[in-house]
Amino acid sequence: MKIVVCLKQVPSRDAFLKVNAASTWIEEADISYEVNEPDVYALEEGLRLKEKLGGEVIVCTLGPARAAQAIKEALAKGADRALHLDDAAFANLDAHGTAKALAAAIRRDNPDLVLTGLQSDDFGYAQTGVIMAEMLNLPHSTIVMEIQAEGEHLKIKRELEGGWFQWIEMPLPAVLTIQSGINKPRYATLKGIMAAKNKPLQKLTAQDLGLDTDALEPRQIISRVYVPQKTAQTEFIEGSPKEIAERLVDKLKNEARVI
Amino acid sequence: MAEEIIVYAEHQDGKLARPAWEAVAAAQRFSAALGANCVGAVVGENVRNLAEELAGAGLSEVLTIESPQLAQYTPDGYSAALRQVVELRHPRFVVFSHTYQVRDFAPKLAASLDRVLIGDSLDYRLEGERIIFVRQVFQGKFSADVEFRGEPPYFVSFQAGAFREDSVQQGVASAKITSVPIDIPPGAVRTRPQEKFREARQAVDLSQAEIIVAVGRGIKKSENMVLARKLAEALGAEVGASRPICDSGWLPMDRQVGSSGQTVAPKLYLALGISGAIQHQVGMKGSRTVVAINKDREAPIFEIATYGIAGDLFEIVPPLIEEIKKAKAG
Ligand SMILES: Cc1cc2nc3c(=O)[nH]c(=O)nc-3n(C[C@H](O)[C@H](O)[C@H](O)COP(=O)(O)OP(=O)(O)OC[C@H]3O[C@@H](n4cnc5c(N)ncnc54)[C@H](O)[C@@H]3O)c2cc1C
Repeated sequence: MKIVVCLKQVPSRDAFLKVNAASTWIEEADISYEVNEPDVYALEEGLRLKEKLGGEVIVCTLGPARAAQAIKEALAKGADRALHLDDAAFANLDAHGTAKALAAAIRRDNPDLVLTGLQSDDFGYAQTGVIMAEMLNLPHSTIVMEIQAEGEHLKIKRELEGGWFQWIEMPLPAVLTIQSGINKPRYATLKGIMAAKNKPLQKLTAQDLGLDTDALEPRQIISRVYVPQKTAQTEFIEGSPKEIAERLVDKLKNEARVI
Repeated sequence: MAEEIIVYAEHQDGKLARPAWEAVAAAQRFSAALGANCVGAVVGENVRNLAEELAGAGLSEVLTIESPQLAQYTPDGYSAALRQVVELRHPRFVVFSHTYQVRDFAPKLAASLDRVLIGDSLDYRLEGERIIFVRQVFQGKFSADVEFRGEPPYFVSFQAGAFREDSVQQGVASAKITSVPIDIPPGAVRTRPQEKFREARQAVDLSQAEIIVAVGRGIKKSENMVLARKLAEALGAEVGASRPICDSGWLPMDRQVGSSGQTVAPKLYLALGISGAIQHQVGMKGSRTVVAINKDREAPIFEIATYGIAGDLFEIVPPLIEEIKKAKAG
């Protein structure tokens, strides 16, 4: 089975984020990056399917030069080759533009299965996989918690609200967006890290993909980013840990009357 | 003719559920602000009774979009059906609640018309000619103002609770119900859904717990879970968790609180090292008293906490256990 895994690099969870001077996005200098968490699960799922069924796993990443690190990690874990969509024209795309560029890259490989994370931790659009499916004219399913591949068919378990699930059958090729917790992602081995150095990595520009700026024109723009205005009536309790503990217990006992 | 706003009324298990009414509330406010007609849309098979219920709300019209091919929700079927409605009616906006179903098909619907969805909005405001939507980025650490570019139709979904179902304006008279003929070619629906089910688990019913100590990724390692257990023991509480803790297998799935886990409403909810992402909040914001311990003073959990402690849980929980034991003994 030929599987493409779309994988994005996002600011690390522990990074201290600041809004940039123009209030248009975050200050990107001096922060660390990591692979978007649901995408880590998507990659793991791709690798497992390949181990079971044979074939190849191709990682596909859209992002600036730094995103090469995310690709390296995926190759070290066992992906066979990578596509890196890196072009100034890809900066500031919305979900539609990102999906269009990814779809253009993926189409050339004609895969059996495309996996993405269900959403990214930065923009949180939760749309890229779904839009891509439409552009590739493939069936899709989202928030996927289990994949069973049976010949030309897939059986997938979809998570629904409130602890409910549903099995869905669909033909291949297809696009699935993967939810965290579907598996236990592996770590890269030293051997994998060494092997990654010799794996093929193809860089692709907008021109390579036949996309001009008109095609990538954003349909939604972020005009301002800011710290949300606090509306809460949270009472902060300050002091040394012991003082905090005493004050909190006093409040829980005498104000809130819950203990 | 006045412009139109179509509101998608999702039904679950044969009923118009809370998301449908929240979307109606959003769309009504939105139509009033823009001076547009607010039109409801119900998709499925035999949905006339739902349309009648919807027609009681202050809408100018209710559309039914029916086909045996829509008996069960599928992204192919629903987006094809609604695309035809949009092409017929040319609404300026289509408004949704950001449910798991909407996440599954609305981006596809928008893309099929070469448009986008501004998903998971919290709010909107008008600034002259501009309509600005507010949504969270970085899991709630920041807000972003987002605007559409290009021509309508515009698709927008609102987060659970962004608009209240009890703020729906009831109509004076029932709205007209119009059946919109649609055509879904054979083979267009490529996925086959089975019955919904719950895993035979649910060993603990957190919804009945009076006190919950909930653990988030701030606990760092599974060995540290013992600290939370000790606190729970001192309080006579159940232990719950955010999703990453259950994903890691540090607690079973039935301890997960949130949109994909349990909804809880204890007297006391203690959140240890939980950031307060929206999917977690929707599961616990009905708690009467919320205590949050988090290193990051800007964490979204402090938006809904009664008492906030901006600090390291590993420094605060041990003395807290001691104080609780003392209080209980005394
Ligand atoms: C469709 C969907 C469904 C989901 N369903 C759920 C759900 O049901 N339930 C759920 O919880 N999530 C759910 N999520 C995931 C959710 O979006 C968040 O990723 C998750 O809730 C974050 O968990 P967290 O707060 O434990 O971790 P993080 O967001 O990583 O937060 C950890 C927090 O710990 C703090 N911290 C770190 N160290 C310390 C310390 N020493 N002392 C004090 N504080 C510290 C940090 O400041 C941070 O705020 C869902 C997501 C999606 C997309």
